[in-house]
Parts: sequence; structure tokens; C-alpha cells
Amino acid sequence: MSGAGLALVDLSKHFGGVIATDRLTWQIAAGELHALIGPNGAGKTTLLSQLSGELSPDAGRILFDGRDITALSADRRTLLGIGRSFQGTSLFAEFSVLDNVRLAVQARAGHSFRFWRAARQDAALNQAAFAQLREAGLDHRAQATAGSLSHGEQRQLDLAMALVGRPRLLLLDEPMAGLGAEESLAMVARLKALKGRHSIVLVEHDMTAVFELADRITVLVYGRAIATGTPADIRANAEVRAAYLGEAPPAGERHAGA
Amino acid sequence: MVQTFNGLQLGVMLFLMAAGLTLVLGIMDFVNLAHGSLLMVGAYVASTITGWTGSFLLGLAAALPAAFLAGVLLEVAVLRHFYDRGHLEQVLATFGLILFFNEAVRLIWGPAALFFDPPSALRGQVEILPGAPYPAFRLAIIVVGLAVALALYLVIARTRVGMRIRAGASNRDIAQALGLDIGRLFAVVFGAGAALAGLAGVILGPITNVEPGMGDPVLILAFVVIIIGGIGSVRGAFAAALLVGLVDTLGRAFLPILLRLVLNPSNADAAGPALASMLIYLLMAAILFFRPHGLFPARTG
Amino acid sequence: MIGDRRRLDWTLLVLFAGVPGAALALDEPYLLDLFARVLIFAIAAVSLDLILGYGGLVSFGHAAFLGIGGYAVGMLYQHDLGSGFLQFPVAVLVSGVAALAIGWVSLRTGGLYFIMITLAFAQMLYYLGISLKVYGGDDGMRARRSEFFAPIDLNDQTQFYYLALAVLALSLWLGRRLVNSRFGLALQGARSNERRLRVLGVPVFRYRLTAFVIAGALCGLAGALFANLNEYASPSTMHWTRSGELIVMVILGGVGTLTGPVLGALAFVLLESYLSEALEALASGFGQHWQVVFGPLLVAVALFARGGLVGLLRPGRGE
Repeated sequence: MSGAGLALVDLSKHFGGVIATDRLTWQIAAGELHALIGPNGAGKTTLLSQLSGELSPDAGRILFDGRDITALSADRRTLLGIGRSFQGTSLFAEFSVLDNVRLAVQARAGHSFRFWRAARQDAALNQAAFAQLREAGLDHRAQATAGSLSHGEQRQLDLAMALVGRPRLLLLDEPMAGLGAEESLAMVARLKALKGRHSIVLVEHDMTAVFELADRITVLVYGRAIATGTPADIRANAEVRAAYLGEAPPAGERHAGA
Repeated sequence: MVQTFNGLQLGVMLFLMAAGLTLVLGIMDFVNLAHGSLLMVGAYVASTITGWTGSFLLGLAAALPAAFLAGVLLEVAVLRHFYDRGHLEQVLATFGLILFFNEAVRLIWGPAALFFDPPSALRGQVEILPGAPYPAFRLAIIVVGLAVALALYLVIARTRVGMRIRAGASNRDIAQALGLDIGRLFAVVFGAGAALAGLAGVILGPITNVEPGMGDPVLILAFVVIIIGGIGSVRGAFAAALLVGLVDTLGRAFLPILLRLVLNPSNADAAGPALASMLIYLLMAAILFFRPHGLFPARTG
Repeated sequence: MIGDRRRLDWTLLVLFAGVPGAALALDEPYLLDLFARVLIFAIAAVSLDLILGYGGLVSFGHAAFLGIGGYAVGMLYQHDLGSGFLQFPVAVLVSGVAALAIGWVSLRTGGLYFIMITLAFAQMLYYLGISLKVYGGDDGMRARRSEFFAPIDLNDQTQFYYLALAVLALSLWLGRRLVNSRFGLALQGARSNERRLRVLGVPVFRYRLTAFVIAGALCGLAGALFANLNEYASPSTMHWTRSGELIVMVILGGVGTLTGPVLGALAFVLLESYLSEALEALASGFGQHWQVVFGPLLVAVALFARGGLVGLLRPGRGE
């Protein structure tokens, strides 16, 4: 399976007087890597949280693979095949790296209402967790405490947990943030390898990475999509250049407009 | 009618306890179980001074600063070391403080309850409606409580300090980012909360007994009030305090009578008080079920 | 590390098993009662540790279940139903159901709300007990020891003691299995990072509620034993200070270790009975005021003793 499509219909979310998502209608094709860019406060993370089910929209609908998931809780959506990584990473900091992935594996296996068998001696659980760590290049750190990993390793672990169970849709929130040049290159390579295997929504400020990776890009300003198109379209779009990218050419410039 | 007034009186007393406490909880995310001890300090000091001087007013005048001082001392000596600790450590430490205060009071004043008379001018009855006499002291409590509530409302709604308190209670991080000195703000709130608890003690003393641990059941009721009203909301605390006061008092008075209509008398007499004692907690559960963060949630984000 | 804990569990259980012999040898039958009390509080504290230590939920109303278990025994006895085969299962069942109801409401919230709500519900049950005049009101009610079949006689202090010890051993064993299972891993994951766990696909509420019910039911069993020990069930068991004491035992011994709460219960009961004696020896009449010393001691424990007694026994062992 290589991803599933996503469609938003008139999605809206307000916080008091602040409009975070403004009647957003938006589509992602199956297998597409769709980048979401926009200035800080444009409502990117809020949108991801509505897609993952952590926030519920005030109005509108979310369709995943043709099915209306607007009313489903976060855990139900995960089981349908939506994985999410977090801005600034979100781990079980005092757990071992392996236990972090174990939790992800057992969660995706349906339910963990198993009271009896020792989880750490569960061969199926261990194998699946190790396989995921190997893929992320973290198997040599399996017994380390997650909180003790370097920032780059934590981001890789965060991503590895989101990837457990091969979600059909991946929501990535600034995977490049805070990474050094070398770590950034590694992350771009990793995302390239994932491309096509999942549908991906990528929120990112690193414009080099965005323009290199994305099939299509949507520019979000104050909760509204002011433009959607291929990287070439977006680069050429005058409105986008004025509103967000400024006058400087985007390619070759990191953190433009941030 | 008399029961309604009793309910109001319980309500304003609970409000005095809950008002300071809800701000402490809201601004510092801190559980202070020892708040009930401050009530006890107020009651003991007032009753002792009144006993010596024969003047209730002097007792009151001594109790408020005493509770205020005890509160500030407590904050500086112990509590401030726990703000950045987990709730579990806060619970343990303030639980230890309660044991200490209750026992210290027993050590100083003895285990027996003290008598504490209301001031002579308020010992009589007042006719609130033709043919419905009501103790003057209890009426005075209602008046004082409502006056304090009004004053608090004005301070919080209209003054700069009040604005800061509201900002601190609704979102501490943002308030801090805006340059508010949360530590100082909190000291003010804590001291004021302690004085209010002391006032509650002075009010409660003549109605019940002045005894060790007298503040703790009130504290738990104040928690119920805060849960219903929403942590950090003084307005919520006021509405919830009156609600709890009225529901509890009226429930105890009328529920057994109502039950007699549907059950046979002996069953009604057995079930009535039991149900009445659970009424406010069931109210709390029902409200939580629909509004997990209380009626007037103050906190955002 | 886990092996270490198991060894410590066994050491404690073996030491406890030696108490009846020691009490006989020293001719101090009082010791048997004292240690039966330790065992029962240890069961209750172990059950609290499941939600407080592993679940990260500060429940300030756990004594309610101790009381419910006791009332099950007392009320059945009052209706001439003295069989332990009835009393014990009913105690477990009723406290489990009560935990389901209380947990259902209180686990929808979190943090400070959870602390205050559990406290409030325990207080509700305390007042309910007081208002039940048929069942002794304030004073509570008498309940003779539960009857089991012929050779087992709980009126025999030693037999009763070993029953309590067996229940404690069983609780520790089941507790260990539980926290190391997939369920236990998820429960601890919710303590560490609730939001992430939810996004990983775990319905956190259901896990917490299940843990809350298991803990409540186990504490109800401790309550049934407690009523048997005292031959009495009364509202005072549910008093909020009792809930506080259970928390003290867990922290004193070591949060989230299961073994720690056993040590904590031991330390608490011994302090309770010997601190006053020691103070009385220092200054006549001061013994009854032992809490003046105990209170500040708790503040110190909260400030300094992160790992509890278990941490002291094995310093430098980080988890």
C-alpha cells in the first residue's frame, strides 16, 4: 500500500477571537508529499493537530481515504493509518529507546490490554521494535534512555515511532528544526526514501528541503491557503512571494521568512 | 426562608476559603492542603484575644493579621520550595504541614474545643420577614461575605493588580513572558488568601466549635467549590460557593421530607440524610461530566 | 534491576513470615497484631502505587476503598452472613465497582482536578458512612472475623496473619506482572507523555480507568482484611487523613517500585507506634503529640527523599 488520500472540506477552527483555520478546503493525493509552508502563526501545527485528532475542528469535515474521520479520536485515527511526528520531538523521555518503539509497536498492534506476559520478553514485540530501530539507524542506541539521545537522534526516534505500522498518511511537523547541516542532509535522505511509500504532509521552514522534497506545496497564511501548486508554481507565484517568501529567491536560502 | 439564609451563610463562608485558594491553584498550579490550617489559626487567635479582652472586634483585628502572617511565613519558609516540584511532593509536604499545625494547636491550646461567643451586639435575633426571626450574627456573616465578594470583584475586575492576577491565573507562561513578576504577585495573592481564610475562621468559630482540624472539612468543601467553579476563577468560586451552600443546606432540610412522599417513613428517614450528605458531591460529578473544567474555566492553553 | 527488586520482595516476605515465631519467642503477642496491620497497609499501599506510581495519577481518596471493603464485611455480618467466601469476593467486587464510578468521573480530568475530585469522593463516602445510622453511623459496626471452612480459623491470630501475608505476596506478584506487561508499559507511557501515547494509538482513558479499578478492588480486599483485624468497620477508615497516610507510605518507601510501599507501610506503622513512645521517654506527656515531629518529617521527605527507602537500600541505582 502506498498511502491514502486526504481531503478537507471547509475546515474551521477558532481560539477565542483568533482564527487558526479558516474554511480550508484542501486535497492530498495518495502517495503525494505535500508541504505546508507559511509564516509562524499561520496555523500549520493547529491544522496537523486537527488531522491527527488531538484538536477537533469547529466546523467542516476531514475525509481520509474517502471516509469521514472528523469525529474520530486521535487513537482511532492512528489505527486507521495516520502517523504523526512532533515539533520539537515528543518522546517518553525516561524510557529506553527500545521501550519507546515497543510502545509504538504494541499500540499499533491494536490494543495493549494484555496484563500477563512480560512485554520486554515478547519476541514478536521485540523483533518489530528492533526492525524499526535498525531502519532509523538507532539500533546501537536501543538501551539508552531516550532523553539522553542527541537532538538529531531524538528526531530520528520520533520519526521512527510515527512510522511504526506503516501509516498510510504521515504528518511531519518540522522534522528539520534544530538540526545541524549534516543531520539535515540525513533527514532529507530519510524522507526521500519514505516518499511514495506514504502520503506525507510536511510542515517545514527549511525551504531548501521543502522545494527539494515536495510534489506540491500549499502556502498557509492566517489559516487560509493562499496558493497550492508544484514547487515551480509556488516559486513563480507573485502573491506568495509578496506575502511570504519576500523578494529573495527561495532556493538556496534556509529558513526563509521564518 | 431560614434555610435559604443558612445556605447563603454557608456559601459565603465557603467563598472566603475558596477565593484565595482557587487563585493559588490557578496561578502556581500548586495544591495547598494547609489552607484549612490558616482558617484554624484565625479562629484560635480570634477566640483567644476575644477571651482576654472581651472584645470581638479586637479578636477580629488580631486574627486577620495573624492569619496573613502565618500564611506569608508558610509561603516563605516551606511552600515556595515546592512550586516547581510535582503535585505528589506538594501533597505530601502540605499534608505534613496539616499534621503539624493540628498537633501544634493541640499542644498550645489543648485538645478540647474552645468556646467563642459572637459579639454582644449581634447576639439577638433579627426579623428578616414578618414572623421569621433569624440570628443577627448569621445575618452579619452574609452581609460581610457579600461585601468581601464585591470588594474582591472590584479589585480583580478594575485594578492593575487584578488584571495581573487574572493574567497569571489564565496563563502563567504568557503572563511571565509579558514581564509580570509572578513571584511577587503570588506572595500578594497568597497573603490575601490567608487573611480571607482567617476571616472565615473568625466567622466559623462562634457557629461551630474552635478545635484542632476544624479547617480541614471546610477545605475539602472549598475544593468541591473550586472544582465546580473552575480552577483560577474567583467568579466561578463565588457562583459555586453559593450553589454548594444552598444545595447542601436545602438538601439536608428538605430531602428527607421529599423522600417521605415516595418512600415509607422509616426508609425515608434512613435514606434521606444519607442522600443529602452526598448531594453536593453528586452535583459536582454531574457538572464535571458535562464540563470537565468547571463552570467558569479560567485557564486557557 | 528487576531481579534485584524480586530479591528484595522475597527477603521482605521471608522476614514477615518469621514474625509469628519471633512474637512467640519474645512473648510479645502484641507484635503479631502490629505486623498484621503492617501487612494490610502494605497491600493497600501497593494497590495505590499502581495508579500513583505507575499511572502518575495522584489519587487522594484511596482510603475510600479500604472503607468500602470493610463495610462489605461489616454489613454482611450484620445481616448474619459471616462466610468469608461471600464477604471477600463482595468486598472486592463492590470496591471495584465504586472505583469504576469514581474513576469514570475523575479520570476525565487531570492534574489538580484529579487530586481534589478523588479527595471529594472519598469524603462523600465518609459522610455517607456517618449518615448510615442502621450501620452504626459515626461509630461504625462490629464484625466478627470471617468464617472459612473447617481447618481455617481466622480467630487464630497466626492463621489470620499468614492469610494477610499470602494476600500481600499475591498482590506483589500480580502487581509485578501487571507493570511489566504491555498494559503496564502503556500505563507508564501515559504517565510519561500522555499526548504522544494517544497519537500512537492508545486510548489512554481506558487504560487509566482499568488500572484505577484494579487498584480499587485490591484495596477493597485490604479493607476486608482490616475489618477482620479490628473486628470492626467504621467510617474513620475512610477519613481523608487515612488517604494521606497511604500516600505517605508510598512516597516514604519509593514511588513506582511496588516493593517501596511495603517498606513504607512498615516504616509508617512502626513510626506511628514507636515515635510516640520515644517522645514520651524524652518528655513526659509529649508522646501524644508525635505528629508535631512527624509532620515536618514529611516535609523533609518531600524535599529531599526522592527515591524513598528503596532508593536508600540501593543508592546510585538510577531508573
